[in-house]
Amino acid sequence: MAANSEFNHAADVKGMIQKNKQSKSIQGKLEKVIPILLFLFAIISILTTVGIVVTLLAETIEFFKRVPIWDFFTGTVLKPLSQNPQFGVLPLINGTIISSIIAMLVAGPIGIMAAIYLSEYASDRVRRVLKPLLELLAGIPTIVYGFFAFTFVTPLIRSIWPGVEATNILSPGIVMGIMIIPMIASLSEDAMTSVPNSIREGALGLGATKLETTFKVVIPAALSGIIASFVLGISRAIGETMIVTIASGSSKNFTFDITESMQTMTAYIVEVSGGEAAAGSTIYYSLYAVAMTLFVFTLLMNLLARFVSRKFREEY
Amino acid sequence: MRYLDPTQVSRRMNGRIVKNKSAKGLFFLATLFGLIVLAVLIYRVVVDGIGWIDWSFLTGRQSHDPERAGIMGAILGTLWMMVVVAPVTLILGIGTAIYLELYARKGRLQSFIQTNIANLAGVPSIVYGILGLTIFVRAMKMGNIVLAGGLTLSLLVLPIVIVAAQEAIRAVPSYLSEASYGMGATKWQTIKNIILPAALPGILTGAILALSRAIGETAPLTVIGIPALIIPFPEGIFDKFTALPMQIYYWTLDSSLVTEYANLAAATIVVLLILLFLLNSVAIFIRNKFQQRY
Repeated sequence: MAANSEFNHAADVKGMIQKNKQSKSIQGKLEKVIPILLFLFAIISILTTVGIVVTLLAETIEFFKRVPIWDFFTGTVLKPLSQNPQFGVLPLINGTIISSIIAMLVAGPIGIMAAIYLSEYASDRVRRVLKPLLELLAGIPTIVYGFFAFTFVTPLIRSIWPGVEATNILSPGIVMGIMIIPMIASLSEDAMTSVPNSIREGALGLGATKLETTFKVVIPAALSGIIASFVLGISRAIGETMIVTIASGSSKNFTFDITESMQTMTAYIVEVSGGEAAAGSTIYYSLYAVAMTLFVFTLLMNLLARFVSRKFREEY
Repeated sequence: MRYLDPTQVSRRMNGRIVKNKSAKGLFFLATLFGLIVLAVLIYRVVVDGIGWIDWSFLTGRQSHDPERAGIMGAILGTLWMMVVVAPVTLILGIGTAIYLELYARKGRLQSFIQTNIANLAGVPSIVYGILGLTIFVRAMKMGNIVLAGGLTLSLLVLPIVIVAAQEAIRAVPSYLSEASYGMGATKWQTIKNIILPAALPGILTGAILALSRAIGETAPLTVIGIPALIIPFPEGIFDKFTALPMQIYYWTLDSSLVTEYANLAAATIVVLLILLFLLNSVAIFIRNKFQQRY
């Protein structure tokens, strides 16, 4: 009887060992499979980049077989729908640069002043209230800004300056600037708060006012971060789509008159892809050439921002 | 003999102090400027739109007649799109983050993937639209259905989720995982039972912020060719659809033809902003309620 139960126990233990071995081998397989699976997930982000570059490049090359690359980059006339279509990209680049300049004229000074206030002047309590509120601005969808530019800012500008057209580059430029303020303010503020207090206190101890300390000590020390925030702001302005599409219309003027309607690269992409451009037509391929130009522009800006903030960072 | 002229000093001193004071005021005004614009924007939208929001607007079908137009189709389209975006970004985002933080050897490949993610975050959203148009709509022949739009937006917001998940995983203290290893747990058991639960609030907060970015995104959808006028409601991810931002876009464009469309656009913006506000509140709630400081 006793021996019998011992025998059973032995069988139980054997079974348990068996079970344990089995679950260990499943566990072991899992340990091997999971890293591979996760690696495949991580590869998706590389595939996305490859996908972007390959699709843009392939169709852009097809476009340049039909339209000489020289004509594209030096042409000042963009008439994709006329009998003798002309595909000069300069009007679009012009519109993009002008709207970005207007945006940065708004966002640059205001953003950096807000950053100075938050980092140098505001008390902890005030900053804790103001900063999240300012970041709300960054969370508003751009389509809402587009609506705001078209139905509020443009009529407002026109009531002050009647020469401005119903669709113009000025109003979306300003609104784009407002959209970029929180980005510049928050990145510059990060750069300025990372300047060590000892340096600040040195200046204050020598009798400098806060303002003098800010401009002669803090800003030079944080300059790389501040410049990087500006470059990222420009990149954001170049890639912004809905505000300019709605409020700047679609005339492909090559002009420097900010009261007129201009088209940006992004707005052209929306117009062409939303229209009836048949796949395979030259106008369809022009979409990719413009997108490629846009992609290269923003990529260069982002690389420049990273280069500036790395290369010229002051180490403390 | 006097080295300093006190009147001169005090005059210069006063000037510097006044400059400092007025600069402080100017900087404060600059900070307020953004907030004032935000207030004006919200005030304008609410004043223009609030009178048009009623039950029939929220549940009605799209129509050319402003009095009868409703946005149920757009609401459903946006929700169905989120049904695609949420799981795709969560799975891919968390998976990538775990790989980069816990499995990848520190080296070329890892820093390459990391740089690549940083670059993707800076690509304009409209370029993702072109990617979606070329790959999902045309090459895979999906057409402009919910799935194509959802996958496009997933790729767009994926970097946000990855970065948030990486930060959350990095914030889990190493003594927790070491204790787990000490108990004989394997690596995956440790990740599944210890690290992920501890990192989950941070991951979810990032994922919700990514979702709210996706909900408001318009440019990629315009490129994919999402129409304004879809009469049947989308009933799944394989149906054609329209979304809230697209509805706002078309109504704003046509507001120069029919002035009431501007009010409809404003009303739709109010609905969109309420949706975003709710999502962000959930994110803040999760962060405050479940986030542990180690």
